Amino acid sequence: MKYSILVNEGPYTHQASDTAYQFTKAALEKGHEIFRVFFYHDGVNNATRLAVPPQDDRNITQRWSELGAQHNLDMVVCIAAAQRRGLLDEDEAKRQGKDANNIAPGFRISGLGQLIEAGIQADRLVLFGD
Amino acid sequence: MAKLHTVNKSPFERDALEACLRLAKKGSAVLLIEDGIYGAMSGTAISDKVKQAMSDVSFYVLGPDVAARGMKEDKIIDGFKIVDYNGFVDLTTEYDGVHAWL
Repeated sequence: MKYSILVNEGPYTHQASDTAYQFTKAALEKGHEIFRVFFYHDGVNNATRLAVPPQDDRNITQRWSELGAQHNLDMVVCIAAAQRRGLLDEDEAKRQGKDANNIAPGFRISGLGQLIEAGIQADRLVLFGD
Repeated sequence: MAKLHTVNKSPFERDALEACLRLAKKGSAVLLIEDGIYGAMSGTAISDKVKQAMSDVSFYVLGPDVAARGMKEDKIIDGFKIVDYNGFVDLTTEYDGVHAWL
């Protein structure tokens, strides 16, 4: 089956980002296809590469990046939600005149149309949020 | 159109579970995850309401989230099925869609 995953909660908030990760991992291990993982609202904070969680804690962003690399996942961050929260890739940093970018490997910034398409193309859109 | 409903908040924090039980159609399923697992415990203020809904709706609870909170499986209301993340994925295939009550 083809899935799209929507993550609306930031990392280390409650548990939504962790549940989304565990669900995505289980679905992939069962042989399902993940069409896209879309990060929206505070969920965009899952994509910052500047977070440094304690070493004995899980690194949520790195975990997503690794799963994404392993399975060639399309991990999309909502541009409007990202701009509000200070999450930029190289192009956006340049466009907005900022001196740095902070997006982690495997994530890309794009628009809400990507969420609509994810809902249309997938058999199931599964939401994890706050 | 039998749906899988997920509830991830404690029934003692928000009314998501009660709203879900009020609106879930006959033949659908409810999966309690994260803090939602407290709704699966027996002897609470909401357990009678959950038991009543069992005639129309199937109930599941995510085992890893029960264990993560130190809750005992023998406290879970009879009739609940305990699933892991693989079981969660399977449920999303068995029902026509997933609705998350946040």
